[in-house]
Amino acid sequence: MSKSSYYREWSSNVGRDVVAGAVVALALIPEAIAFSIIAGVDPKVGLYASFCIAVVIAFVGGRPGMISAATGAMALLMIDLVKDHGLQYLLAATLLTGVLQIFAGLFKLGNLMRFVSRSVVTGFVNALAILIFMAQLPEFKGAGWQMYAMVAAGLIIIYGLPRFTKAVPSPLVCIVALTGFSMVMGLDLRTVGDLGELPSALPTFLLPNVPWNLETLWIILPTAIPLAIVGLLESLMTATIVDDMTDTASDKNRECSGQGISNIVAGMFGGMAGCAMIGQSVINVKSGGRGRLSAFSAGALLLILIVVLGGWVKQIPMPALVAVMIMVSIGTFSWASFRNFRLHPKSSSIVMVSTVAVVVGTHNLALGVGVGVLLSALFFARKVSQLLEITSDLSVDRTTRTYQIRGQLFFVSANTFADAFDFREVIQQVRIDVSLAHFWDLTAINALDKIVIKFRREGAAVELVGLNAASKTIVDRLGTHDKPGAMDQLAAH
Amino acid sequence: MSSILSCTDGSVYARSVYDHTAWAAQRMAAAVHILHCLEPRRNPAALTDLSGAIGVDAQAKLTAELVALDETRARVAQAHARAILADAERHLAAAGLKHVMVEAIHGELTDAITRFEATADLVVIGKRGEHADFAKLHVGGNLERVIRSCHHPVLVASRAFAPIERVLVAFDDGPSSRAAIDFAVTNPLLRGLSLYLLHVGNPNPELQSSLEAARSQLAAAGFVVAADVVAGDVEQVIVDTVKMESVNLLVMGAYGHSRIRQFIVGSTTTTMVRTCQVPVLMFR
Repeated sequence: MSKSSYYREWSSNVGRDVVAGAVVALALIPEAIAFSIIAGVDPKVGLYASFCIAVVIAFVGGRPGMISAATGAMALLMIDLVKDHGLQYLLAATLLTGVLQIFAGLFKLGNLMRFVSRSVVTGFVNALAILIFMAQLPEFKGAGWQMYAMVAAGLIIIYGLPRFTKAVPSPLVCIVALTGFSMVMGLDLRTVGDLGELPSALPTFLLPNVPWNLETLWIILPTAIPLAIVGLLESLMTATIVDDMTDTASDKNRECSGQGISNIVAGMFGGMAGCAMIGQSVINVKSGGRGRLSAFSAGALLLILIVVLGGWVKQIPMPALVAVMIMVSIGTFSWASFRNFRLHPKSSSIVMVSTVAVVVGTHNLALGVGVGVLLSALFFARKVSQLLEITSDLSVDRTTRTYQIRGQLFFVSANTFADAFDFREVIQQVRIDVSLAHFWDLTAINALDKIVIKFRREGAAVELVGLNAASKTIVDRLGTHDKPGAMDQLAAH
Repeated sequence: MSSILSCTDGSVYARSVYDHTAWAAQRMAAAVHILHCLEPRRNPAALTDLSGAIGVDAQAKLTAELVALDETRARVAQAHARAILADAERHLAAAGLKHVMVEAIHGELTDAITRFEATADLVVIGKRGEHADFAKLHVGGNLERVIRSCHHPVLVASRAFAPIERVLVAFDDGPSSRAAIDFAVTNPLLRGLSLYLLHVGNPNPELQSSLEAARSQLAAAGFVVAADVVAGDVEQVIVDTVKMESVNLLVMGAYGHSRIRQFIVGSTTTTMVRTCQVPVLMFR
């Protein structure tokens, strides 16, 4: 990317970027706290992470206008590591996650995103929303009616206020109102202050306090790998969403390395690993944010607010936080997917639902996406295997039967192919015309071999027509791009 | 038939760009390709929703909203573009040009120029564009980027066209200076005009001889040529000479290897181009 277009990504939308950044910062505070709780660490870990990631990604990311910070998807993967080994190992895992992501960027693994189908993305988004929502449920356990009433009031403010004014962030009003109400009434509710330490100063540079040896590596690697994968998946999906919303392009591989760099910085300043956030990025675009400055100002303002207002943040009651998180989960969920059950093909719905089910079952978004991608590939293979037609003609003198094969022959369709021949017929000669068929792999060739042998055993002479043309597809690369006309050739025979 | 790529944005400089284009096209007997870029998203679609609340299908709704906004704006921009191009066509037809093609495309001007420039022998652009007056950032920004990305001569139109007779050639003995001399000899654009070769800097024998060589080359091609070496600040001397000698066109290299280079490579190119109140023909 040229220097001038990078400069433009910072400066083309200054006023709106700063305002949108402020709106995002206010929404980031409750989220960062909530995700710290999920991961089982002090709120300051999430807040420092959100600050570092948002600010660093503004410089090194590949998708201006996208917001990255501490996220629920990542927090869910850290729980066990924090429980068993503590915060320092989480920070070390964060550094390793960053390194892995940088490599992913260098090796251009961002291009692999094209194997993730639309249905998998929808499943991912829905699973994420469900997990965020489920993470709020423990707060209701054993809580009195006050908790329920406060959450309901919070949601009414969040969704009701924009009907009257869109000039103030309604989640902020919700938090301020509920905090004030609970302080004035002296309600007995858990507050953010009860959850652990809040930041009172700027983060300081510190390497994680762990022994730097192989043993540590084996402890953090099983967490760092899914962290790196989920972080990139959510970031690249969000980047695509922002691309679509703003009708602009982004550099996905640069985004991969950028996520890595910002995670390394976060780990060094006492923050947990994070990635792009779908909900916050939507809020940012909605508030007019488009440039790199929006992410930067969101991070910077977040830290200023939290350091200056730390005493007040402590007083925020849990219901206010829960209400904001419920809003995030509602806003992230793709509600259209219910409607789409009727409209979309069943295979897409199965892919989507399986992705959701695996994620909700394992709390691991990477596994869910893996299953989703696998299923979409299988469904696709099955669909393509149906593109096969076999017809036959007997010659007038009743000595020769000609089989005409059209369509796609590969491991899925090989059986159908083999079953289409009539071996019981007593015939002198068999012609198999494959000039309109494509042999995609060895299974298909093998099936053809078997058929020929079988006919020979029945005493028929076999003639193959057009095999050379048909087996052109068996090479791994068709070279359509560098050889003009290759596609026509493929379609013609 | 040679061809001229002429960039317009409908600003106050547009008419002058057409006039300069017409002048060049008639001298070169060239076809004209008028290009107007609908530069995207200089100001992104504005929403004044700071509520920060995301509800059911927030993303889909927001996308739909933004698409609708962009659509409206793009339609206005398209109508504007059609008006600009119609005006350009009228103007060039009135100037008696026959081979005129007008075109509007989406995208940044610099990208468009890199795409179309290959087939053009000359690029014409205005000193300032539509954004010049209010967006300080973009003052001449396009101009500089265009000049840097062009491999062909660029004619930078001044605010208004004036008949061109006297031409000042800033000579620094660099490859771009030589390109300018070769162009003058081979291309009909400057034929018959009075040329003044000027080198700014301390005279030395080597330079004197190449200046003399250039002069005689031009004289042999039938030009009325004068040549001179003047010591001093490049920018200042050139601006002063343009004024004093009532020069109508300044010819200079965009990348020289002497002191001019320092002035040209930086944003000073633009400053110089603007301080001189005459059109500038730039070579790389």
